[in-house]
Amino acid sequence: MQEYTDKIRQIARRLLEEGTVDMVIGFRKGSMPIMNEPCMVRRPQDVDQLVWDSNCGINLANYLTDRKEKIGVVAKGCDSRNIVTHIIENKIDRDQLHIIGVPCGAMIDKRKIASLVEGEITDVTETEAGKVIVKGEGFEKSFDKAEVLQENCAICIHRNPVVHDEMVAEPVEEQTDVDRYADIREIEAMSDAERKAFFDDLYKECIRCYACRNACPLCYCPTCFVDESRPQWVGKGQNENDIRTFHFLRAYHCAGRCTDCGACERACPVGIKVRMLTKKLEKDCKELFDWEAGISLENRPPLDAYRPNDPDEFIK
Amino acid sequence: MGIEPGRLHFSWISSAESTKFVKVATEVTQAVKELGPNRHFVKEKVKVA
Ligand code: SF4
Ligand code: SF4
Repeated sequence: MQEYTDKIRQIARRLLEEGTVDMVIGFRKGSMPIMNEPCMVRRPQDVDQLVWDSNCGINLANYLTDRKEKIGVVAKGCDSRNIVTHIIENKIDRDQLHIIGVPCGAMIDKRKIASLVEGEITDVTETEAGKVIVKGEGFEKSFDKAEVLQENCAICIHRNPVVHDEMVAEPVEEQTDVDRYADIREIEAMSDAERKAFFDDLYKECIRCYACRNACPLCYCPTCFVDESRPQWVGKGQNENDIRTFHFLRAYHCAGRCTDCGACERACPVGIKVRMLTKKLEKDCKELFDWEAGISLENRPPLDAYRPNDPDEFIK
Repeated sequence: MGIEPGRLHFSWISSAESTKFVKVATEVTQAVKELGPNRHFVKEKVKVA
């Protein structure tokens, strides 16, 4: 990982010194372990803040929306796909961007790690051999990185950036033998009542903090439907119907656009698996329209294209 | 996910297809009437003392 970090700093320094970009967006160490935070570097002397490791799960495309300056952006596979989506949706111009592509080695799941140890974690490091060493008060434990991956990373098939201006390393091998939708098929097989119960249970702890929405690069509307008060589309409290409505609509607004980057799930303070909703839509887009979001700048997404041969049996 | 089966209908009707509109509207109302009053997505009235 140190090689990646060094290379990112080197590229960022060059871009800022040459004036190719006005700022570079990357990651720096957070104040807590496993919690890297986005970082905007504007001066060459500040590039040493930038880091890369397996805690860079936040989606940096989220910080590009409607920006006017020239930006160097560090992008792993999913960030690059959300950058493509941003370009397609005119939220940023391709010419404004210098994309620093990072072949991704998958991110680790802070919640999974916290559940495997007792007590407060004070430090998490990785070894070259693929081990994650977790230290805390009175304990030190070592895990295989594969055991503690973020769920979306474990099933990711686009680890390499789909667009980039330069890369920090050679591409990594893509996973080909993963079953992306085993959990979704289980939900599909449920009866209506079971499914309702499943989803009611899924988001019963939701506190409507909207961290999932705020972390998502797709959610850039100036006023989100949940915040609108004239008309008020959905109640703002903890009523189960309002919680349900929020989740359905949030997911549907991401249909055909979600890259399964996992930023939403990572941000949720109570650990709700909100990807269970977006992943179903992702699966449908794949099966019905052979569509994966953010793969190319040429194709229009299914929801803004008209095709006479669309599968539409549900429309009478 | 919580919407009762049979309560949600989709249709594509051109502004020139008035007869289709009537037909679909009748069918939808009939289907929904048969289901009876909505049971999901209903908010209880808040009780105020
Ligand atoms: S809905 Fe979640 S997984 Fe999908 S793009 Fe947004 S943050 Fe990423
Ligand atoms: S981040 Fe979690 S608790 Fe907050 S609104 Fe989203 S699902 Fe609910």
